[in-house]
Amino acid sequence: MGIILNNISKKFGDFTALDNIHLDIPEGELVALLGPSGCGKTTLLRIIAGLEQPDAGQVFLKGNEVTEQPVKNRQIGFVFQHYALFRHMTVFGNIAFGLRVKPRKQRLSEAEIKDKVHALLKLVQLDWLANRFPEQLSGGQRQRIALARALAVEPSVLLLDEPFGALDASVRKDLRLWLRHLHHELNVTSIFVTHDQEEAMEVASQIVVLNHGHIEQQGSPSDIYDHPANAFVSRFIGQTNVFDLEQTDTFWLKNSGLPTPQIGKVAHVRPHNIELAKATAGTAQAVLKDWQHLGALIRVELLNKEADDEVAIIFAEMPNEQFKALQIDKGEKVAVRIRHAHWFH
Amino acid sequence: MNVSVTRKPLSLADPNGFRYLSIGLTLAITSLFLVLPLATVLTEAFSKGLGPYSDSLTHPDTLAAIRLTLLTAAITVPLTTVFGVAAAWAVARFSFPGKNLLVTLIDLPFSVSPVIAGLIYVLVFGAQGWLGPWLAAHDIKIIFAVPGIILATLFVTFPFVARELIPLMQEIGCEEEEAALSLGAGPWQMFFSITLPNIKWGLLYGVLLCNARAMGEFGAVSVVSGHIRGLTNTLPLHVEVTYNEYDFIGSFAGASLLAGLAVVTLIVKTFLEWRQAQDLKAARLASE
Repeated sequence: MGIILNNISKKFGDFTALDNIHLDIPEGELVALLGPSGCGKTTLLRIIAGLEQPDAGQVFLKGNEVTEQPVKNRQIGFVFQHYALFRHMTVFGNIAFGLRVKPRKQRLSEAEIKDKVHALLKLVQLDWLANRFPEQLSGGQRQRIALARALAVEPSVLLLDEPFGALDASVRKDLRLWLRHLHHELNVTSIFVTHDQEEAMEVASQIVVLNHGHIEQQGSPSDIYDHPANAFVSRFIGQTNVFDLEQTDTFWLKNSGLPTPQIGKVAHVRPHNIELAKATAGTAQAVLKDWQHLGALIRVELLNKEADDEVAIIFAEMPNEQFKALQIDKGEKVAVRIRHAHWFH
Repeated sequence: MNVSVTRKPLSLADPNGFRYLSIGLTLAITSLFLVLPLATVLTEAFSKGLGPYSDSLTHPDTLAAIRLTLLTAAITVPLTTVFGVAAAWAVARFSFPGKNLLVTLIDLPFSVSPVIAGLIYVLVFGAQGWLGPWLAAHDIKIIFAVPGIILATLFVTFPFVARELIPLMQEIGCEEEEAALSLGAGPWQMFFSITLPNIKWGLLYGVLLCNARAMGEFGAVSVVSGHIRGLTNTLPLHVEVTYNEYDFIGSFAGASLLAGLAVVTLIVKTFLEWRQAQDLKAARLASE
């Protein structure tokens, strides 16, 4: 009974932003709407919030149809990409806003509002900023205040539009984890929009991959990574080496140990499913072009000289020690072994 | 001396003293065309001393002209303000067919001579106009009466507030308003607690310019007024009428009021421009 979207379609002029979207999000999940820019993910989020009207279809929140309801009746919390803090109000005023605009009968007393705002400020660990104005805050602080403001009205659904998009890489890392922990604590059904697959994998319990206004796949991060439903998802989530049977030397591929296809002619191979060994006769060989240190892993760039497509670079990843044990230098030949592949048409 | 402050790029170097020439020329023209007339107005007004000056200001016809001017401003400025906010809202927040045409139409009074504006109303509401016979039959006076003056002033001041607010509201964007809605605010709560505080300095700026124009408008009002002394003369018309009758003290005394209005407007305008620049800077910082 979380969020149900039924046949949602939306056009802007001739451009189809969303094409017949069905989506069922169980209560309490933390969902990432993931897709390239222009795929319709923000539009979908705004339709759930009521900031945008769908051309067709229905929106259900907690079992109630809200398609025709204005934003204020939907009990949602919305966090905007650029925070949208009220610039003429202090941090306290911003968080208190949702409590103060309630009709008089439901409104808390000023003392209760004060307690609640300070509790929220403690929750986002920024209690000492209550009297600052938004322009005096850093990006990460603004984002957390925007979140506290959205939580003040005790929303049944929390919607976040590219919540970390405008932040520095290091702040982003911290806030991702923080958001995940906060969600564990509050257990509010939450949806966030992102174009960053790493962010989606790290934060979300469910990922919905969108492309050109329709859903390509929905599932847990490991589902989507290990069992991509199609070539788009496979390419979009994580790095993938693509081998087209019609373009790559089949003899080379056979030597590489690539399992035979059940369906399709295009093999997608994750970098960690490629093994390297000393080059010997009867193996698929490639030239070590370059390698990078990614921390625990080494990423290796290989040039498959025997492939028709000369510029095709193969990426492989392996633990540090494993790479060292190989003892190969740039320009030397290695044997390539493919352990596992996904096949697509 | 702090060299880094005064150092200029080579392209801005000024070997021929063009800087002094251009500054001097601007100053000379400003004093010739702006400061000198202002000084003349004041010296002429006070040429026979304070007594005649205050006598001519307290003359019933002058007082009537001041009252009519204030009344005209008191009616047109609020109407133009409401229209301006509504128009800016429509243009900045929605997209609809004919939007560009609407923006062009709002600008129309800027490009039409005020005399034409007055003439339009004479042609529509005058005794020989389209609605003339009907108005006469119902004993409604518009031309050569106060309603005509207000209509003509409305036409002329129409774009002032809208023109000021449209770019401002486009710059600010609607995210804060959407945030207010998502937090449970109704449309009016959103407008008064979020939109209005964000646009207030720009709005005041537009209102100020609109007020200056409403009080100072001559051409359009002149056509529809009929110059009935004590009844349909606004302050600018009063200045003209007295001047034509060689009542120079009266004329320049009236002119000194208008000049005073101009100076006050200029000072407040400078302050509002400064405030607005601060707000825009804050807006840009906030959305970074």
